[in-house]
Amino acid sequence: MLMKSTQVLFECLLEQGVDTVFGYPGGTILNVYDQLDGGRYGKKIRHILTAHEQGASHAADGYARATGKVGVCFATSGPGATNLTTGIATAYMDSSPVVFLTVNVTEELIGRDAFQEVDITGVTMPITKCNYLVRDASQLADVIREAFAIAAGGRPGPVLIDILKNVTSQTVDYTPLPKEEHVKSGRLAELAARRPSSGLKRRKPDEQDISILADMIADAKKPLILAGGGIIRSKAAEAFTEFAERIDAPVAVTLMGEGAIPDRHPLCTGMIGMHGTYVSNMATTECDLLIAVGARFSDRVTGSLKHFAEQAKVAQIDIDRSEVDKNVVTDHHIIGDAAQVLEALLDKLPQYDHKEWLGRMESQKDAPPKRESDALDPREIFACVYEQLGDDVIIATDVGQHQMWSAQYYPYSRPGQLITSGGFGTMGFGLGAAIGAKIGNPDTVVIHTTGDGCLRMNGNEFATEAYYHAPVITILFNNGALGMVRQWQTLIYEKRYVATNLDRGPDFVKYAEAFGIPGFRVTNREEFAAALKKAVGGNQGALIECIIDSDEMVRPMVAGGAPIDQFLLR
Amino acid sequence: MKQHTLSVLVENNAGVLSQVSRLFSRKGYNIESLAVGVTDDPSVSRMTILMVGDDLMVRQVASQLSKLRPVISVQRLDPGKSVRRELLLIKVKAETREKRDEIIQIVNIFRANIIDVSRSALTVELTGDAEKTGAILALLKEFGILELARTGMVALERGPITIYDDNKEKGEFNYGKDVL
Repeated sequence: MLMKSTQVLFECLLEQGVDTVFGYPGGTILNVYDQLDGGRYGKKIRHILTAHEQGASHAADGYARATGKVGVCFATSGPGATNLTTGIATAYMDSSPVVFLTVNVTEELIGRDAFQEVDITGVTMPITKCNYLVRDASQLADVIREAFAIAAGGRPGPVLIDILKNVTSQTVDYTPLPKEEHVKSGRLAELAARRPSSGLKRRKPDEQDISILADMIADAKKPLILAGGGIIRSKAAEAFTEFAERIDAPVAVTLMGEGAIPDRHPLCTGMIGMHGTYVSNMATTECDLLIAVGARFSDRVTGSLKHFAEQAKVAQIDIDRSEVDKNVVTDHHIIGDAAQVLEALLDKLPQYDHKEWLGRMESQKDAPPKRESDALDPREIFACVYEQLGDDVIIATDVGQHQMWSAQYYPYSRPGQLITSGGFGTMGFGLGAAIGAKIGNPDTVVIHTTGDGCLRMNGNEFATEAYYHAPVITILFNNGALGMVRQWQTLIYEKRYVATNLDRGPDFVKYAEAFGIPGFRVTNREEFAAALKKAVGGNQGALIECIIDSDEMVRPMVAGGAPIDQFLLR
Repeated sequence: MKQHTLSVLVENNAGVLSQVSRLFSRKGYNIESLAVGVTDDPSVSRMTILMVGDDLMVRQVASQLSKLRPVISVQRLDPGKSVRRELLLIKVKAETREKRDEIIQIVNIFRANIIDVSRSALTVELTGDAEKTGAILALLKEFGILELARTGMVALERGPITIYDDNKEKGEFNYGKDVL
């Protein structure tokens, strides 16, 4: 049937089951927004207007991570589009499926440095799985269908569609097509035809590769498993926990892998790497077999590559072949979806018993470091949150010390519970992501942990939180400094605190209240517990400002590039 | 570190070349030579890329290339099992009859052709592998090379194996594109 191309756009979003879009309008994208004025699309699709395009990009990302669905984000041309880039790169580094949709200037103005023109497909080339410039309305449906399939498929990630403005005023024929049929038409069908052996279906993992790993496991006396974010994306947590129990091996977790196995599971030794636990890092050095599942050996995990797992054979399970032998040279790899590979392995593996090895690891578990300060203890804050809210909570973080504390101190029990910018380390990610997570999970309490540096960056999204009633509880760790950078200055730069002192306002309680969000300032555990109770009960979001000592540090710590068993701080 | 040849089938679209070359610059790899041309299927082009690196690096490049949406297939060509050719156009100074005769002799020995003659210069066309092109360039240098244009190396695997054939490694490289 003939319809406006902007109608086709929304029909295609409805085909994908999209009901929420985050975005920010502008001149070129107005034809698209015009379709949201009541009517069919206005009723079926909720548009969340953020304070800034960057906030929208993080919200769509947080929504995707918290729901497992593909996030959708709109922006206009030029600065609207470039404001998305930090969010796109964040999603790319953490394999989060988001479709970004921008509208560029009209065909006759392209390349003439028109007002608000930017080559956004060129700009985003290295930070998207793929991107499209739609010059013809007849391609639009096909491109959108492929974009969603690519964003969610394989190793997920962001995709950008840039549409020329004149295309958004064209009329074009649209044939409805249910999602299951997409692969049989247009570009996806062409893609499938090129892959005759798989037809775009994920192939089963190679049986011989599975057997080889099963043999390596049988030979190992001191196996260690490294759980990465791939387990979360593949929804493989259950199979993974069973796999770990079957091998009876300790499990070290990466930041993105939090939730792959419950933190309180006896096999879990906690985070690995720069701020990893003593036992996880030591186990890496001592193990004779390291099995990485959906982990990409980031430099924050490995430290010195030369010394990483020096005594071990390394086996890697990953969906993306380019992650194999990229940082750590492996002895064996299995390419496949984590859930499929783990199921296939479970069919082959007998029950193992590594009591001695596990006992040795257990004995190395560190007691919490002694407190030198009377100030509010970050560990206690998380203990208090857990006491009141338990497992039914999602924590979205910003980046820095509070991010590491969020990862270290909260006992996560399921995938998707911790939403954090792991790869890109995007300060200002948290509030937008928390709002997205809350909108995707209206019945779950969403906590946003942040620092005074991060909140200053994108705190403007309090406006979005209040207006759309997406109550998020922001726990602000205010130490009057850029804490993590200051920590490096303390330890590595002989306390030369250049440009990290943030003792200059604003009054964050007043700031939150200016947006209609109740604020609390707390200095001890009792005050915090009371404020949290009020915040949860109030169900209108809140800011709880926790006054933290500026010398508070993230422990343990290994210096960047050092072997991960050589701790700068315990 | 040795020279490797990658043969890459890509969609014949604007922008693909920049995507491929960007990947090399982003990863810090050097392209020694890059040749692009359309295949028997007009919607598909073939790139032949020469790069220097170790085996791990070349596999890394091949797997990274395979992830790109417009890349259809990537084949690593073993120099021992492939034929490689490059076309050169060489404009050589030849201001006297003696010089011209000498150049023509060299050209005949190399089974090259002279495709343009003027009073003071000859243009030589030569097809060959790296050894042959290197040898003629060394000889012609003495006469004075005025200009040189080369296509970059193209290559095909010997025998019946083609870039369209699937193997385990290619299946792994492409796995991330299986979207269902």
